[in-house]
Amino acid sequence: MCSIGTKGICDKEKAHPVGSLHLKSIRKAFGTHEVLKGIDLEVKDGEFVIFVGPSGCGKSTLLRVIAGLEDASSGSVQIDGEEMISTPPAKRGIAMVFQSYALYPHLTVKDNMGLGLKQMGAPKAEVEAKVGKASAMLSLEPYLARRPAELSGGQRQRVAIGRAIVREPKLFLFDEPLSNLDAALRVNTRLEIARLHRSLKATMIYVTHDQVEAMTLADKIVVLNAGQIEQIGSPMELYNRPANTFVAGFIGSPQMNFVEAGRLGDDEAKTIGIRPEHITLSRESGDWTGKVIHVEHLGADTILYLETDVTGLLTVRLFGEHRYAVDDVVYATPDRARLHRFGADDRVIA
Amino acid sequence: MSKARMSPLRSGFVHLALAGYTVIALFPVVLTIFNSFKDKNAIFRTPLALPTAETFSLVGYTTVLKQGDFFGYFQNSLIVTVVSIFFALLFGAMAAFALSEYRFRGNMLMGLYLAIGIMIPIRLGTVAILQGMVAAGLVNTLTALILVYTAQGLPLAIFILSEFMRTVSDDLKNAGRIDGLSEYAIFFRLVLPLVRPAMATVAVFTMIPIWNDLWFPLILAPGEATKTVTLGSQVFIGQFVTNWNAVLAALSLAILPVLVLYIIFSRQLIRGITAGAVK
Ligand SMILES: Nc1ncnc2c1ncn2[C@@H]1O[C@H](COP(=O)(O)OP(=O)(O)OP(=O)(O)O)[C@@H](O)[C@H]1O
Ligand SMILES: [Mg+2]
Repeated sequence: MCSIGTKGICDKEKAHPVGSLHLKSIRKAFGTHEVLKGIDLEVKDGEFVIFVGPSGCGKSTLLRVIAGLEDASSGSVQIDGEEMISTPPAKRGIAMVFQSYALYPHLTVKDNMGLGLKQMGAPKAEVEAKVGKASAMLSLEPYLARRPAELSGGQRQRVAIGRAIVREPKLFLFDEPLSNLDAALRVNTRLEIARLHRSLKATMIYVTHDQVEAMTLADKIVVLNAGQIEQIGSPMELYNRPANTFVAGFIGSPQMNFVEAGRLGDDEAKTIGIRPEHITLSRESGDWTGKVIHVEHLGADTILYLETDVTGLLTVRLFGEHRYAVDDVVYATPDRARLHRFGADDRVIA
Repeated sequence: MSKARMSPLRSGFVHLALAGYTVIALFPVVLTIFNSFKDKNAIFRTPLALPTAETFSLVGYTTVLKQGDFFGYFQNSLIVTVVSIFFALLFGAMAAFALSEYRFRGNMLMGLYLAIGIMIPIRLGTVAILQGMVAAGLVNTLTALILVYTAQGLPLAIFILSEFMRTVSDDLKNAGRIDGLSEYAIFFRLVLPLVRPAMATVAVFTMIPIWNDLWFPLILAPGEATKTVTLGSQVFIGQFVTNWNAVLAALSLAILPVLVLYIIFSRQLIRGITAGAVK
């Protein structure tokens, strides 16, 4: 129990603060160019939410509006139920990790991490303790006295993450934090972020281009397109039940096959979506006859591109190694239970 | 990264060209300094010769030092130049920051307006400036010169610095904002250190015309107490007789402070000029 005498111990045991976020019809225009067209979103305490969407759809802008670095043209941002629209970034209880690391070049790693607390007027011992804790978490202790220029890319990004942790924010904001790292480092840092989310139980909002990051990290994925939310849901919801053709095409790799419904004898729907992994191939018989036009051997997977009589170009993903060659004639059969049917408005038909 | 090797022949030509340019650039300076140590006859008879035992003479320097308050002139020049550079850089950098960082109505127009001074010489406004200074009671003060030179230096400073400031990462400034730095702290502690090479470049380009200027000292501050070196040296150039020993000695002395300032800035300057070209 916390009594006055044991304050020091209680501080250590105090859980990391968490906060909820509530966005109401956020709009943002640069001049006449409308970038965000009414965003409504609810993020609960401790959730890991990922924004995905094509380049230029407004993900970073939305994140900057939440951080207070950009004023929304209209709408409301609430953190923990408190209206934040006219609160400066430093007072919103947030921390942000940028794609370009954005470390202060003239400060040491330690000062980089401690600056925010120092600006808040925290006593030196507290800054010292929190920086120590965060650097231990991220194994940054050997580098505390170095400047950013003397670190590798992965180390720099860890410092940037450490700088965010030290502030003990209610809300972590990440803007494509891993996209400047090479593939191996990206996996490591991704694990690190997942671990961090588990141990801090903090609310995190994360922007990425990378499907794997989105699917593996998120509790909830928000798919954005041209300044609007297309769908919100858990990774598996988006994969199994995409609400429209945009989400269906965006989530999953290789991309879902879209076939004109008429060709398959379905007059009610306009488009039928079939994921490449939900098609079986055979050399003897099947629904559609096709010719192999290209094969990609990935080891764990084999991706085939077929030209079939009914569907036209069709991507098929087979698990494991397969000995198909270009110009082979094959028969493809879709898994009828896993077809996605979309109507004339591109929305899914139940 | 491995550097592409230049063939020795090409590199030889490059060095030859650079050496040639150095000689051409240094020749008048060296000539001035040599001749300032010679007596008058030697200056005219053998202008290109080094001072020898017979021709060596310090008469130029003694004349200069006896004539008027030459150290006072030096001090004036130095004060005017350093203070003007300081203000031109400070205000120039502030304006550049506003232009490059904030979106506001008329940003572009304001930028153009502030840069126009590069093309329109400030001397065109001499009459109005003089009237203004008379009205403000600033004639024959160093303040008058400092004001004019600061104004003269601003357009170039704003133009160059705003271009450089645009290249400072937005993320860095935003990180500062999230960490609770004020806009002033972001300007002074994050942005200025990053554009230091550009500041040095601007400082050098601003300094030289100020130091060498004769026009405004003559018009705004010709009094004995406020004379600058350039103006002070003019007493040796008469309509009929010119005291060449003294002129050369005065010029040699006047080169010194510029040289010192230049050496202070030059390390930064070289980085400023080659920024972007060499990554
Ligand atoms: N300061 C600005 N002035 C004018 N337009 C801007 C500004 N910032 C962003 N935009 C525009 O807003 C749109 C969204 O930009 P944003 O950076 O949010 O995209 P994004 O989804 O983060 O893209 P990416 O995935 O490439 O980072 C773009 O069309 C961009 O041109
Ligand atoms: Mg972005």
